[in-house]
This record gives sequence, C-alpha cells and structure tokens, in this order.
Amino acid sequence: MSSLLHHHGLPLSEPMAFGLASALAFAYLPCVRINGQPLIAFRMPPRAIVKGLQRGLGLGIRFETFSSPASGTARLDTLLDAGKLVGLQAGIFWLPYFPPDLRFHFNAHNLLVYGRDGDDYLVSDPVAEAPARCARKDLEKARFAKGVLAPRGLLYYLTSQPSAPDWARLGTRALARTANIMLRTPLPLIGVRGIEMLARRVGRLPLDGGGDRARLYIGHIVRMQEEIGTGGAGFRFMYATFLQELAGKTGYTALNALATRLVEIGDRWQEFAVAAARMIRRRDALTPPALAEHLRAIARDERLFFQELHRVQSAWAC
Amino acid sequence: MRERDVPQEGNATLAGHRKAMYAVGDDGKLRLVPSRGWEVEEIVTRQAVEDLERRANEARERVLAGATSPLEYHMYRARMDVALLAQATGLWRWRVRRHFTPRVFARLPQRLRRRYAEALGISVEALGKLE
Repeated sequence: MSSLLHHHGLPLSEPMAFGLASALAFAYLPCVRINGQPLIAFRMPPRAIVKGLQRGLGLGIRFETFSSPASGTARLDTLLDAGKLVGLQAGIFWLPYFPPDLRFHFNAHNLLVYGRDGDDYLVSDPVAEAPARCARKDLEKARFAKGVLAPRGLLYYLTSQPSAPDWARLGTRALARTANIMLRTPLPLIGVRGIEMLARRVGRLPLDGGGDRARLYIGHIVRMQEEIGTGGAGFRFMYATFLQELAGKTGYTALNALATRLVEIGDRWQEFAVAAARMIRRRDALTPPALAEHLRAIARDERLFFQELHRVQSAWAC
Repeated sequence: MRERDVPQEGNATLAGHRKAMYAVGDDGKLRLVPSRGWEVEEIVTRQAVEDLERRANEARERVLAGATSPLEYHMYRARMDVALLAQATGLWRWRVRRHFTPRVFARLPQRLRRRYAEALGISVEALGKLE
C-alpha cells in the first residue's frame, strides 16, 4: 500500500500507512475456521486497511471483484497496460515464490503488481525482499482461491492523485479510531476483550490424549501471531514506529513515550510465543493456565496502553 | 525489541528468505532490521506442516488398506480439509466425504474428477493414484 502511494507521488512509509489506516486491532473469531482452527487476527482485514487509508487521505481508490477468473485476469492486464500499479488480494498457497513450508491456505494476503513481462507478472510482495515473478496461471489461481476470506479476484488501484495531507488532523482521527476499536467495540471478540476471551479459551484447553490437540491449538495462535506478514507482535512494533514518525512530523512529543510502551507490549507477545514454543517442543510441561495468565497480563497492559493513547489523543485535540 | 535482539537464528522454513522487522536502535528510534528467522516461528511452522504430513500418511495407509480413496490422500497433500475442498469444488461436504469411499470413487465421472484435480492443482491421472 505504501509503495502504491509512493508511485503516485505521496511518500508515506509503511508504518505511517498502517497507523493512519487505524489498522492495529485484535480479533478472535471462533466461528471463522482456518484449517479447523479459529481465526485470530492482529490487524484489520486488508480491504479495511486500504479503505481506512482512503478515508483519511481522501484518495480515489477503486475496488473490483470478479465473478470469473478469466475476466479478472483480463481486467488486470488492461490496467497494467494502462500503466497502473494494481494491488491484489491473493491466497498464499498458490503463490509459487513463497517458501513451500509457509504455503498454507490463507487468503488475506496483499501484494502489488507493477508490470508484466510476457506471461509473467512482476510482483512486489511485502514478504519477499526482492521483487518476484509470478506466472499468469498461478496468479489467477491465487486470486481466485476459495475458502475463508476468499479474495474473489479483488484488485484495487488509485484513480486520483493524493494531495499533501494535514498530519495532525489525520493523526488524531486515526488514534481515536484505534483506541475505540481496542476498547469500545461492543463485541467481546474484538479488541482487548478479545484477548481476554482467548486467554479464557486457552486456560480451558483439555489435555486428554497427551495434549496433542492443545499443542496444535497453541501452535496455531503463535502461527497467526508471528508468521503472517510481519506478524502480530510485529504489528505492535510497526504501530510504535508509526507513533514515533507521527511525533516527528507533528512535533507532538507525548507520542514518543507511548511508542516505548507499545514496544514493551510487543516484547510481551514475543515472550508468550517463546513460552508456547517451548511447550510445543516439550521442553517445558504443557500448562495452558500459565499461557492464559500470560495472555491476561498482555490484555491488562494493552488496556492501560490504549486508555493512555485515548487520553493523549484527547489532550491533543484541544 | 532492541536492534541487536532481532533473531538471526536461521529459520529453515523460510527457505533462505529474509524477513524485515521493526526494532529499536541505539538512538531510541525504531527502524527496519532484516531477520534471518526465529526459532519459535520454525517450531510452530514445522508443527503445522508435520501435522498435515501425518494426516496424509495416515490416509495413504488407509488407501493401501482399501479403506478410503486416493482423494482423501490428495486433499491432505494439498493442505486442505473437507470444508475447504468442498468450497473449492463447489460440492457439498457430504458428497466429498462420500467420494472417499473407494467404490464410489472408482465410478466417479470424468467431469467430477476434473473438478477435483483443478481444485487440488494436480492432473486428472495423478488424482486416481498415490503419487
């Protein structure tokens, strides 16, 4: 997303784009199943992120989905031939440039196509360091992957030039929105209450049959946390970077202290992942209540953090 | 996370790719630092891959014992489950499960075989065999 804006003459770093879109979140959705495990998200879904940014910056962004793979591919070709950069949602499993061990059926992945060379598309993917190439057939398959969060060929592109933004105004709005999502969503599955809910679930994990199912469940949490993109704790670090950059851009230095606190929370998430991995590898005894306690501590920290964020934001507004 | 604490343990599942992480530098500023991978990630990824491989192997045994059809084996090979395969083919779950019966699978029309092969990303011939 950041590079899409760069291309259109608005230099905006990835953390800034992430933060201004109010993309930081937590959601525990037991009814959405990924390989038989619940969906645990540490950020908003891709489309919401792009939309959040669109609202903030006043961009003209067009989204298109397609009913048939052929029309989706034809439309992508037309846009590329017109010199557009096109953002896509795609399923990871079908992308050949991904390391084989990471290719699970996970559909909420964003990438950017910037050109075409014969039957290969030139792809810029946040996961890969270097630009990748992807054959037409594979990309079509990935864009029309089925299952949970099916992309249905979703593509998006800018239709108007972005203008120079007013950082302070955008910043206050984005901070307020994130604090709202984390603290005041009326569902117990979203935000800080979602973390507490997950902690309760983990604490109640049954240990029958040697605890293999419990181990898979815990492993799944850590995988959702660390593997997808820059990962769950990684998103905390990214948001902290956003707070620092925003402080630098607007001169509102209170945000720097918040960034430091959020980095500590990210560290807690990583410690949780380490503790979980040790139990999976049987280096430590499997004790779900201990992990649950860890999650509850994180939830407490995050609640205090977002309350503080809210206070700092209100103090800024007036 | 401090810049020097960014894990560089080498995660085999990344297959040589590097990942970028935000970490705090000595000046207190956050910046992107490339990471060669973290052991924790490797553990959980291997765990998931091994679980799927175990299921595929169990299905393979059952195919050889005549208790299920190669379709179930290929489903796990493609890292899918019944719900996902049903969605990918547009069939009902009970039909997919029914096609796990060797007798039913043997009579499966070419049309349905093509649909499964397409969804699993393999050829129609490969679908009827183990490997």
